[in-house]
Order: sequence, then C-alpha cells, then structure tokens
Amino acid sequence: MSTTKTHTVRHDHANEPNEKIVLRVTDLAVVTNAGDEILHGVDFALSRGEILGLVGESGSGKTTAGLACMGHFREGLKFGSGSVSIWPRGDETAVEVVDLDEVAVRSLRGSRIAYIPQDPALSLNPAMRVGEQIREVLDIHGFGSSERERAERVAAVLVDVGLPGDRAYQKRWPHQLSGGQQQRIGIAMAFAMFPDVLILDEPTTGLDVSTQAVVLDTIRQMTVANNVAGLYITHDLAVIKDISDRVAVMLRGDLVEEGPVSAVLERPQHEYTKMLMAAVPDLAGRKTIGYGAASLEDVERESDASSEAGTKDGSKGAPTHILVSAGEASGAANSAKAEDRTSTSADASLLEVRDLELAYGKAQILNGINLALEPGECTMLLGESGSGKTTLSQCVAGLNDDYSGSVRLRGTELARSTRKRTNDQRVGIQYVFQSPFSSLNPRRSIGQSLSVPLEMSGEGTAATRKATVEEALDSVRLGRSFYHRRPGDLSGGERQRAAIARALVNAPSVMVCDEITSALDVSVQASIVALLRSLREERQLAMLFVTHNIALSRHIADNLAVLNKGTIVDYGPTSSVLENPSHEYTRSLIADVPKF
Amino acid sequence: MFGKVIGRRLIFSAFILLAVSLLVFGATLLLPGDAARAILGQQATPERIAALNEQLGLDMPAWQRYFSWLGGLFVGDFGTSSASGGPVADLLGERIGASFILMAVAAVISVPLGIGLGVYQALHRGKRRDQAMTGASLVLAAMPEFVIGIALIAIFATSVFQILPAVTLAPPGDPVWHRPEQLVLPTVTLVLVVTPYIVRMMRATMIEVLDSGYVEMARLKGVPEKRVILRHAVPHALGPVAQVIAIQLAWLAGGVVVVEFLFRYPGLGQALIDAVTYRDVQVVQAISMLVAAVYVVVNLLADVVGILTNPKLRSAA
Repeated sequence: MSTTKTHTVRHDHANEPNEKIVLRVTDLAVVTNAGDEILHGVDFALSRGEILGLVGESGSGKTTAGLACMGHFREGLKFGSGSVSIWPRGDETAVEVVDLDEVAVRSLRGSRIAYIPQDPALSLNPAMRVGEQIREVLDIHGFGSSERERAERVAAVLVDVGLPGDRAYQKRWPHQLSGGQQQRIGIAMAFAMFPDVLILDEPTTGLDVSTQAVVLDTIRQMTVANNVAGLYITHDLAVIKDISDRVAVMLRGDLVEEGPVSAVLERPQHEYTKMLMAAVPDLAGRKTIGYGAASLEDVERESDASSEAGTKDGSKGAPTHILVSAGEASGAANSAKAEDRTSTSADASLLEVRDLELAYGKAQILNGINLALEPGECTMLLGESGSGKTTLSQCVAGLNDDYSGSVRLRGTELARSTRKRTNDQRVGIQYVFQSPFSSLNPRRSIGQSLSVPLEMSGEGTAATRKATVEEALDSVRLGRSFYHRRPGDLSGGERQRAAIARALVNAPSVMVCDEITSALDVSVQASIVALLRSLREERQLAMLFVTHNIALSRHIADNLAVLNKGTIVDYGPTSSVLENPSHEYTRSLIADVPKF
Repeated sequence: MFGKVIGRRLIFSAFILLAVSLLVFGATLLLPGDAARAILGQQATPERIAALNEQLGLDMPAWQRYFSWLGGLFVGDFGTSSASGGPVADLLGERIGASFILMAVAAVISVPLGIGLGVYQALHRGKRRDQAMTGASLVLAAMPEFVIGIALIAIFATSVFQILPAVTLAPPGDPVWHRPEQLVLPTVTLVLVVTPYIVRMMRATMIEVLDSGYVEMARLKGVPEKRVILRHAVPHALGPVAQVIAIQLAWLAGGVVVVEFLFRYPGLGQALIDAVTYRDVQVVQAISMLVAAVYVVVNLLADVVGILTNPKLRSAA
C-alpha cells in the first residue's frame, strides 16, 4: 500500500493555526489491524461557529476520520499516526485526543465532542425512553449541581430542537417517534452538554426531503446559537451547499481539496471534485449528469492505479470503451425489433394502469392509480417513504397480487400474479430492485444469475443463452469479462449494472426500476442514469423509474407522477409538473430540495 | 394492554394443556397390555379381572373416563395408583419436591452462569479464550447427559476420587435435601448439559447487539464501558436468549428422567420409569401432564421476558 501523501488543494489559509480553531487534525493516519492504511495523513481544522462539510464516496474514509476526532476507531481499525488536538471551551492549551487514556477520552465524548449518527432509528436505544437517553448524557458528565437542574436541561434542549419538552414526551419510546423526530432527539442529545465540537455523520441520509429540510434547519440554528464547530460528513453535495461554510473533499483516504463552500463548488481545482460536481443532479436540469460516465470512472481508476500500481483495478477500466460499440450494435437491432412489435398494436398504450387500488385491512395503500407508458418513454414515480410507490411497482410487475383494478400490457389485461401471467407477459415487464447488494445471489457468478431469466422463459440453447447474457453485459457497459465474476468482487455500481443486465436479457418492453440509484453514490448514480438514458434510446425501452429524489426528474423522466399517501396528486410531462405544480404537496417537495 | 397480552397467552396455554391431556389420555388407551392383568398377574381369573376393572372404572366408555379424569385434574385429584392402591397425589408429592429442588438448583446456577459466560465471550470475541470456550461448550453440547453423568461418577465418586456419593441413598420419607452432598453430582450434570446452549445463544445475540448503532452511540456519548454493557447491551440480548433458556428449563423437566435414573434419585423421573414398568397408567398420565404444564409455563415466562425487554412489543400490544 502506498503511504505517499497526496497534495491537498487549499483555497485559503483558514487551516493555519488561529484562535478560532477548536479542533485540529494533523497528518492523521488510520490503519486496519492487518496494517493497511485507510487514512493517509489527513489535515483539517474546525472553527467555532462554522461547519466543515466532509464529502466523498462511500468507503473514502469520511466516517473513519470523523470518529477518529473522538478517539474512536471501529472494530478492525486502529490509530496510525498524526494528531487530533482539541481546545475545550475556555482552555488555552490543547488536549491530544489520541494520547488520552480511556477515562479521559470518555469524559470528552458526549460533553466536549458530540456525535450525531447516520441512522437515528438504529442509534437510539430502543429499550430506553427518549428523555432518559438525553438525561443519561447529563448524568454521566455531571451536568449542573442538582437533579432538578438536569431535568430542566433535558426539557430545555428538547424545546431547542423543536420538540415538546414535557414529561409525557420524554417518556416516549424511540419507536413512537417519526424518523425526523428521532433525529432531533439525537441532536438534542448532542447539544445537551453544550459541546465545543460536533461530528455529524450523514444525519439526514435516511430522511425524505421535507424532513431533511427541517433537520438541517435545526442543526444550522443550534450550531450558530451554541457557537459550536461542526464536521458534517455526507456524500450529498447539495446538502453541503445548504449547511456548511467550508468543504473538504475526500478520495480514498486522502483530502484532495479544501476551502470555503463557494470557492470549492464554483471553482473546483481537483479533477475529482470537478467530477463530483458534474454528477450531482439539479432540479432545473441545466446539465447532463453522467455525460461521459465511462470517462468519469476511468479517472477514478487512473488515480487508483497511480496509488496502487499493479493491482487488478488498472485492468478493470479497459473493456468499457472497447465493448461500447458492440453493445450499441446489438441495441440498434433490438430497437428495430421493438418498433416492429409496437406497430402491431396501434392505439393501445404499451403499459396502462387503470383504477388500481390496494388496501390492507383498513389501511388504504393505493388509491385509484391511473398511469400510461408508451415505448421509449420514462415515467418517474415520485414519493416519500410510505407513499406506496414500491407497492405500486410491485403490482405492475405482478409481485403483489392483492390489488383491484387493471394493469394492461399492449391492451391486454394482465393476470394479477406473475404465476398466472403468460411467459410473454412476464418477459415484457422486468423489475430491477433497490439494493444491488441483496438482489444478486452472492454464490452465483454474474453469468449464472443472468441466465436464470432465460432458462425460465425456456428460450434457446445453453450456447445462445450465454451469447445473450454476454450481449446484455456489453450493453450495460460491463463487458463479457464479468460473466464469470461473483457479486462480491463487484462495486455497488457494477452490481447495479449487472442487475439491470439481468432485466435486459429477455428484451423486455417495460422496465420497472425501484429506487435503483438510492443505495449508490452520486457519481455512480450519474453513470447509471446515463446508462438508462442510452438504453431507452437504443432499445425503445419504456421505464417506470421509482424514486424519492425529485432532483433526478429532469435527467431521466419524460413524465412525472407524484405519489402522496397512495394517491397520484400530480401527473404530467416533467417540465410542466415542475414549473406549474397543481398540488400543494408537489409544491412543498420542490421547495424543500436543497438548491444547487 | 400488557395484561391483555398475558391474559391472551394464558387462555392459549390452557387450550394447549387441554390438547395435551387429550393426547396423553389417547396414548395411554393405545398402550398394549391390561392394567388389571398386570396387577393381578398371569394366573388371575376372568372374574377377578372384571371385578378389578369395575373397581378401577375401566369398564366405562373411554370418553367418560377421560372427562372424569380431566375433572379430577382440576380439583387436584390425579386418580388412584393401580400399583400402590393409594392416591397418585400422595405418591407424587414427595417426588415432585425432590425433582423440583434438582431443577431449581440447576436452573439457578446455569442461567446466570450461561448469560455471564456468553457476555464474557462476546466481549472477547475472536481471542484465544473465546475460541477455547466455544470449543468446550461445543463438546459439552454434543455429549448426551448420561455420558456426562457417568464421567462425573467415574471422576468424583468411583475411579479417581471418592469424595461424593454416586447414587442417592435416602431412606423413604427422608427428604433428599437433608443430605446435600447427594445433590451435587446430579445438579452438576444438569448444569453442564443446559449451560452450553445458553452460553452459545448469549454470545451470538450479544455480539449482534455490541455491533449495533446504539451501543456505538452510547460509547460516543461517553457512557462508561460497564454501563454500556449492562444498561445498553445486555437487556437487548436477553429477549432471544430467554426463549432458549425456556426450552432448556422445559427440557430439564423431561431430561431429569435419565439423570434421576442414573443417580437413583427419588424424583419424578424415577416415578415415571417405575410407573411404566408396572403399567400404572394413572401415574404416567399425571406425570406427563405435569411435564407438559412445566413446558407451557416456562415458555409463557419466556414470552413475558421477551415482551418486558422490548418496549415495541410492550406498547404495540
């Protein structure tokens, strides 16, 4: 492994020692127990009343860096070298976090440096009342002088984060709160002791846009009001622009660029920052995300290859370019076929959903859904978690047969369950699942997994099946070399491409994409979006793109259907829905998107 | 709300016991052999057998006998032992006490021991001592109880040391706990059989809990490690383990048969073996019902523990 430190592009001198700095990380290296370096000497400083955004893709070492500031290293990791200095409130001299013994570090945590975790549902103890969990921090660190003072502080901090501070609310269990409320409990817990430094580890990732806006607002207010120095870890550049003053960009354990938000995001210097910027979808749709996605991945690979010369990563990039032309050729043939097919059924829509309803007992999940999809068209189904969007796509695909109403493919009504649909109908609608990590069988090679749909439809011989699978791998720009590889060897983006290829092998006319980019980083998301776009053109593929991310709409969809509590509240061409939303809910969704 | 859940479980348990009573009664009907002939011997005249059948109520139709037996159970009348001629309740009273002592002592030792060792292993996972303990608990779990019992007898009572009695020699009427040394080997055998499962389950759930977000969060709040373990981690690990403990305790109720036989311990297991030998149908039925009741009760307790450690279940119910 390389230990050479990458040069960080700095836009100003805020990192030089000055009296505003509360926490300073110098040349920090973190290694695995096996000795591999995860962080290669990182420098940054947190100043009072300011938030530093730390961006980078999953696996770049953001969380590791954040937790190292608290002297905490996750299982399998340990401190390598460097220093973390903190100037606790009112102190002239710095404390070296990594040199402290366990007891001293513990007294810093939760009182001087507080942590706000990614997923509040997992980080709140489900068997403790929420008030008690805030109270625990005060008890441990000996806040105030009396029981009463501590009880008052719990109530006060709850009010500060916009929750009721009364006893009844404190007596609630975490599961009785919504995701946004849980996260605000987490924020209250962090601010309870008036900390100097706050580490925020993707605190809004699991929340939908409206809730995210409220939580970001709370964080912003609390940071300013308490004059705290914050480190905001995220992969979402739009959120960074919204909340932080400065930003540091991380790439594989190195800090590549650092400076004020406006400077870094408007005039990015480092190649990687530029790529990240290009990959962020914007609501206005001014840029084309994922344009030249292949080259984006190549740059990553090159920088990877330069640091780990001679590893297998270098060879991964090559097939992408060579095989694109082959994929396009086959795609053209397919699209010709698709046109043939559509010409036979002149007036009926390719896919039509009419008066679809679904209820579980008294709970009405879907309410009179009407949708239509033409060949080569993409409709985005937009909704928050719990809106019924996945249920609807499962009904369309025949994975959920509890609905009433009808789903028609080329004018023919489909049976409710896939089991009762004909082979052609099943082949016609293919489904791609949200998580590429769980939708591919880890024990089968990609080729084996992709052959299954062909075996099920009983087409061709083993040889032609293999040829079809290889063709599909080409058309998702993975290349034939992936045929014998297993999901475990693939990155998230590569896995999702394989999952898309699996949906393509039977040459479907409709593809249902259920949140397929939600588990992926922005740059990978951009490349997948670009892939879907070219597949539509090449194959005249119709798509139902299910997502909660409204910012993607202009980049992928012709039509936009907004689903709120099981009802479609807005439906029409993307631009007209975005420009003239007819429903209050759509308007609030658009207003809550972090502007970029 | 909590009471309602428990109430529902109780009613459900009563139905299970009713079903068990049907099965037990049905099974004894199917047993080969004739109780009267077994009592009177091969030379008995048909008249005497008929008379005894009438005396025992065996000439009545099966359903009538079932209901009179079931009715008796409700008022604590387990019927009359055909072997001794006395009431089953009198015969079993002492035996129940003796078996209960054995089970209770075994449970009181093995449950905390199993939980403690499981937590210890989880905290030191992957280290040498964890691996050694995992190996040892696997070996113990794989050994049948009579092998463990015989090995203990060989080591502590006969071949190596002669410090503990190999069999229980209590004179009739003298409670077993008057000679505590007689209890040691049977108890240790049961503890060694039951504990490994609890340890393994506790280790597994504890590892999962230690990896959870709220345990990391507690550490990042500055909570002292001891409190992290006792307050944040262990309560969550207990819920699933309670189920395993319940199965183990229930097993104790039936598993004592072999151990009691091995140590000639005058408990329920011995009584069951004797009753089967003498075709003492009433006693077999009574003991079967008792064991079934123990199963139902400990599983009910496990459910209660599961609900108590999980506020989601507590308030959602």
